[in-house]
Amino acid sequence: MKILVCVKQVPDMESRFRPDAAGVWYAETDLAFRVNEYDEYAIEQAVLLKEQLGGEPEITLLSVGPDRVVEAIKKGLAMGADRAVHVRDPAAHLKDPFQIASIIAAYAKGEGFDVIFTGMQSLDRGSTQVGVAVAEALGYPCATTVVAFEYADGTVTVKRELEGGVKGTVRLKTPALVTCQLGLNQPRYPTLPNIMKAKKKEVAVIPVEQLLQEEARLVLAQFSAPAKKGGGVVLEGEVADQVDRLIGILKDKTAVLR
Amino acid sequence: MKVLLVGESRDGKLLEYSYELFGFASQLGAETAMVLIGNDAALPSYGGTVYLADAGKYGEYNPDLHKRLVQAAVEREKPDYVVFMHTSYGWDLAPRVAALLKAPQVSEVVALAEGGFERPCCSQKMRQVVRPVGGPVVLTLQGGAFPALVPGGAPLKQTLEVAGEGRTEFLGYEAAVRKGVDLTRAEIIVSAGRGVGKKENLPVIAELAKVLGGEVGASRPVVDSGWMEAGAQVGVTGQTVSPKLYVACGISGAIQHLAGMKKSGFIVAINKDKDAPIGEVADVLVVADVMQFVPALTAKLAK
Repeated sequence: MKILVCVKQVPDMESRFRPDAAGVWYAETDLAFRVNEYDEYAIEQAVLLKEQLGGEPEITLLSVGPDRVVEAIKKGLAMGADRAVHVRDPAAHLKDPFQIASIIAAYAKGEGFDVIFTGMQSLDRGSTQVGVAVAEALGYPCATTVVAFEYADGTVTVKRELEGGVKGTVRLKTPALVTCQLGLNQPRYPTLPNIMKAKKKEVAVIPVEQLLQEEARLVLAQFSAPAKKGGGVVLEGEVADQVDRLIGILKDKTAVLR
Repeated sequence: MKVLLVGESRDGKLLEYSYELFGFASQLGAETAMVLIGNDAALPSYGGTVYLADAGKYGEYNPDLHKRLVQAAVEREKPDYVVFMHTSYGWDLAPRVAALLKAPQVSEVVALAEGGFERPCCSQKMRQVVRPVGGPVVLTLQGGAFPALVPGGAPLKQTLEVAGEGRTEFLGYEAAVRKGVDLTRAEIIVSAGRGVGKKENLPVIAELAKVLGGEVGASRPVVDSGWMEAGAQVGVTGQTVSPKLYVACGISGAIQHLAGMKKSGFIVAINKDKDAPIGEVADVLVVADVMQFVPALTAKLAK
């Protein structure tokens, strides 16, 4: 069995974001990057599947982006992926979700992956399109927003998370693609020996030009902070002072403090 | 300008938020038609054309067939936009329809913008304006961004059919697990988020809830990490609450959480990050570390 996991590297979401020089995306200065949280669940599920099948499947990790994404790749390899492909693209942020999906599909075509795992979305762009678009380009059946995953004899059975806490159970035949929702599993922390081992694993580098054949369907026009809607009070400063001011406001504006 | 709205039905009923699609179309000033995989009982209160495909035949979840049914409606209606809600149905189906139509897709639109559509990015902290190239354009709309509009009237029903079978087998729905406290009746809720840091810190949140005479809730990451039971989760996939006072401790404010608590009477948020999206709905945002501020608040209130 061959498994593919698609991984994106994204900034820490507690960062302060500022527009880049073109004003269409964030400037990378001062940002700390990490593996997209949803993709950590994808990596973990791939490793769990490999373990379930006695270590037979080979897990390939793929990431599209500039040189910094090698750090995300290393983490995935340390979590248990066997090899990686870095599609090197210094301008990945300007590609639209359809182009990113086309790049991944162009690589995966002919590789004969049985199961492909992606996150259901990225924390920064959050299009929720790439996984599904990869499946469509490859002609794979696909289930999104997966919170439970089982595999047996070429059949994947998943639970999709719907609104209101309802789940929908869906069965697909492999080859298939699933997009992983938070809470699907408990992503492991790489151990030191596995981090050392990961350093010896193969990372193939492919320039994006070799895989990209599609024109963009979306143009990024602007990136900015949302207009503040609410007239909420912001309390800053010393904790003791904040406590007093909050209690004052609660006594004033609510009937909950007796 | 013409828009094709993709309605959504579950268990034989039209999902209420489908009316937000009409609200969007009205802002755009566009002519409308709807496509719905459902049944007569799920038809909207709307006097325009509804392309109806029988959910008994095509299933409520069968993306291979649903995308072709939407495509069939697109061929008949020739819309400029095909619009879904950004829900588990919409974000699953829209990219498949976009692939079939070779169309651009803009996800989770929150507003019309000059030269394109405004959508959130960076976990709702920032906004981007995106301009689609070519058409028709596929859109999904963030829930609550466009006020619902019930046009009224009886639909002009057009039946849709496609041949073939789908590759996904839908085995059924599983009802939500409702264990623990019914937060929907609570007057005061103190909720813990990722900013609490670790499971061992949770008693600090419980202490504050106790002094205030309230219940303890949680955001999704706290439940996903196994720190608290799923029954305590507030948000789209958990409980939707509207207490008199909601205290969000270390909760950044993912849209799914906000949707579950923003109707609370008074909202206090405690967060280190002044720009956290929870600030959008909070009446008071205390910029502080939860583990420093909450014990101090509890101590003062206990006096």
